[in-house]
Amino acid sequence: MTTRILGVAALLAVIAAALFGLYGVPADLNQGDAQRIMYPHVASAWLAYLSFGVTALSGIGWLIRRDLRFDAVAVASAEIGVLFTALAIWGGMMWARPVWGVFWQWEDPRLTTTALLLALYLGYLLLRRLSDDPARRATRAAVVGLVAAVDIPIVHFSVIWWRGLHQPPTFLSPDKILNPSAPLPFVLALVGMLGAFTLAWTWLLIRRYQLARAELAREEAVRGGLVRRASAAKARPGAAANPGTTIGDDGGIPPPKAQAEATR
Amino acid sequence: MSDVGFVIAGYGVILGGLAVYAALLLLRLARARQHRRSDDDGA
Repeated sequence: MTTRILGVAALLAVIAAALFGLYGVPADLNQGDAQRIMYPHVASAWLAYLSFGVTALSGIGWLIRRDLRFDAVAVASAEIGVLFTALAIWGGMMWARPVWGVFWQWEDPRLTTTALLLALYLGYLLLRRLSDDPARRATRAAVVGLVAAVDIPIVHFSVIWWRGLHQPPTFLSPDKILNPSAPLPFVLALVGMLGAFTLAWTWLLIRRYQLARAELAREEAVRGGLVRRASAAKARPGAAANPGTTIGDDGGIPPPKAQAEATR
Repeated sequence: MSDVGFVIAGYGVILGGLAVYAALLLLRLARARQHRRSDDDGA
């Protein structure tokens, strides 16, 4: 029930923030209407950082506590992070074309490291599909999630460390946040979009976590069923165990490919 | 394309992308729960 209320609140907040960004804020003196794209673009980028940060912390949680709930949070956050990274890149491109004159420039460190971030976490999600054993999968994913998280500060500080087209970070120092140089409506639009997107992110994370838990429960039920069938087949006098339900060396059910080879 | 066109494309894909992902997520969650229930019934 609380999650539903959160979902409705997030939906209303995103609609309100979008309407304010589109109609409530005047066009920028230099950038014109293109400036309006900055609000969802910056909010998406912030949530991409947050998502991958949560994935890394959850990975540490799994490695220390060996509790699969941490892994469920990690995969939920990674998938949502990939979505927000892709949306941030899209928003950036739609802003860049009218303001910079190009959609994309590979020489720009912020753009390139962000594309790398997207590729790293797509790889993270693909890696998870390689193993059927939840513990092994969680460990591999946690390590990759931690390694990939190194790119987060590189993306953020790339505009300071190297020269490029991209402007300096929107959130650089607390002083700049508390004393913004931009007019108040612009700041309100940005803060409003950040708040609305963060609400939406929270709701998405809860739902994706629930999905990860449901998928894990089903996976365990299927594995449990296969183990029971294998035990029953072994216990039957004179009946050879079905190779398709052989228990793996590590006590787990072998992946489908290995099962297919065993049945051949 | 005018600036307004880019603004519409930017907002449209970002908000539309969020909406589509949210809808697909709810669908996947409903299916996973349904499978779980049918597994429980079958056991």
